[in-house]
Amino acid sequence: MNKGLLRRAIRGVLLLVVVFFFLFPMFWVLLMSFQTNQDILRTPPSLTFTPTISNYVALISGEIQTSVGTLPVYYMKNLWNSAFLSACAVALSLALGVPAAYAFARFKFRLGEDIAFTLLSFRFAPPILVLLPLQLYFQDIGLYDTYLGLVWVYQLITLPLILWIVRGYFEDISPDIEHAYRLDGHSWFKSMWKIAIPLARPGIAAAGLLAFIFAWNSFIFALVLGSSDVQPVTVGSLAFMTASGIQYGTIAASLVLSVIPTLVLALYTQRYLVEGLSLGAVKG
Amino acid sequence: MAYLEVRGVAKSFGKRKLLDGLSLEVEQGECVVVFGPSGCGKTVLLRIIAGVLEPDQGEVWIGGKSVADVGPEARGVAMAFQNFALYPHMDAFENIASPLRARNRPEEEVKQRVHEIASLLRIDHVLDHLPKQLSNGQKQRTSLARSLVHGPSVLMLDDPLRNVDAKIRYEMRLELPRVFRKFHSTVLYVTQDYKEALALGDRIGVLMDGHFEQVDTPVAIYGNPNNRRVASLFGDPPINLFPIRPERGSDGAVHAQIGGQRVALGPRAAELAGRDCVLGVRPEDVAFGFEPGEGGIPVELAAVTPFNVRTVTLLKASDATEILASRPEDNSLAAARGHRKGWARIDLDRALFFDAASGARL
Repeated sequence: MNKGLLRRAIRGVLLLVVVFFFLFPMFWVLLMSFQTNQDILRTPPSLTFTPTISNYVALISGEIQTSVGTLPVYYMKNLWNSAFLSACAVALSLALGVPAAYAFARFKFRLGEDIAFTLLSFRFAPPILVLLPLQLYFQDIGLYDTYLGLVWVYQLITLPLILWIVRGYFEDISPDIEHAYRLDGHSWFKSMWKIAIPLARPGIAAAGLLAFIFAWNSFIFALVLGSSDVQPVTVGSLAFMTASGIQYGTIAASLVLSVIPTLVLALYTQRYLVEGLSLGAVKG
Repeated sequence: MAYLEVRGVAKSFGKRKLLDGLSLEVEQGECVVVFGPSGCGKTVLLRIIAGVLEPDQGEVWIGGKSVADVGPEARGVAMAFQNFALYPHMDAFENIASPLRARNRPEEEVKQRVHEIASLLRIDHVLDHLPKQLSNGQKQRTSLARSLVHGPSVLMLDDPLRNVDAKIRYEMRLELPRVFRKFHSTVLYVTQDYKEALALGDRIGVLMDGHFEQVDTPVAIYGNPNNRRVASLFGDPPINLFPIRPERGSDGAVHAQIGGQRVALGPRAAELAGRDCVLGVRPEDVAFGFEPGEGGIPVELAAVTPFNVRTVTLLKASDATEILASRPEDNSLAAARGHRKGWARIDLDRALFFDAASGARL
């Protein structure tokens, strides 16, 4: 009895440590976003301060007040770019990756495994490896500093992810369910569309969400292949390292704002994630 | 020409040759039961006919046409899967309606036909349930209803009663022949249960080692098996098999030692003298009594198992040979439980002779 209690107590303490370790930085960032740079840079740091929303106002209005004057920022534009680029990249990857994943899962064809593995291997190479030649190409063919170009290179991040996760989910669906649908008189395309994809929906949602987060967090592609017109928040936040010092409060506020879209998406997708995969139609 | 023909179909998985030049003909409206031990390729055969698996060799003909280049959706074949294979995200109604939807039937007709088949199979009260809310028996019926709803020309049932409980299995065994007749479908029925095979099949195909050992009526399969393996697959309690070596005696009649006793084998064994054979005797062809008589083998009554209708007795001969005998249930043996001496008499007119080496019927 006492032993069980002790174990529960230890487990509780350990959980607290983990939660503190992971959540405290976020909490600190949230606090920082409501402080002025002076408050943040106080020594020793203090939990008491007069909250200000000046950081958020600066981001939304597009002007930062620094000690050397007013600087323009394009944060809202960057935020929009992030959302637009990530959404387009994931949408394209889903359109290409889900049918491809279905093919890899259901059909055995020549070089199938090799192609699938090659696609995955894009994730192994550091992006910087391909960036330099890509930048030269992109400038030549007019893709430099365009949404299209960035969505295209983002496929390196999102497509392999979606392909491999969704493929696993397709493989988990009993082929008999699709065979039965075919025998009912439906074409293979309909059996993919009406059976396989609805049943793999939790997997597709998970893969899409993960791909969206990866795309959202990507930094180096947009840094090299675009200007501030198309750059996402990850790159845009660099602007807060100004000549007159680093604007910690503004960075914190921009972090908080940039987390919101992925957080909302994750909360929305959650209900698909927990949806059971096989709903008990096939007896094991 | 038969309605459904399988011609020399072979299929290997890796190094394992599962089907090896298998052929079968099924007439329109006929129910052929494919019977065999598990893993013998019954399901694979159905899948090849359905078109979801391709044979390495051979062809399937349906209605006088080769369907080698016809996809599963266009073969006019329906199949109820052993694992039911219901669509988990559709309710029972939509599951059953699926073949009608594929044929773009008007909504009115879909409703009418789904309700018709559902009430025939007594699942009309669960049509709005998702598969996960159905019991196994209901899942099985839903799967069966789906395969029947559009009146397929070829219906294949892959061990449909395996995953349901004994009561439903018994009910369905009685109900299915009626359903088959109503739809006049050509039926291929896979099972591992010999009683199901005997109850449902117009003919039974015994699938072993990649081909049909025998395709015949239930009566012939049971009473006139081609070989020893077919004989031992059918029957519960199983057939008695005695290795014997018939000898011609000084009186010219052929005898053999069975259970330590010299038994005259009768004129049927005249050719078998001097040859190693196996004598197969169904338990119901062994009579047990307490009176000695002509051809009786002295035995000891070792066990009595009442099977309600028939009583199965295990008899031990003097040389420890075990003989199973079954007889209509009566109470005379219940009192005789225990190691009583008696006599077993074999009905040699109904006995089967097999070659000892090949197992083939002699």
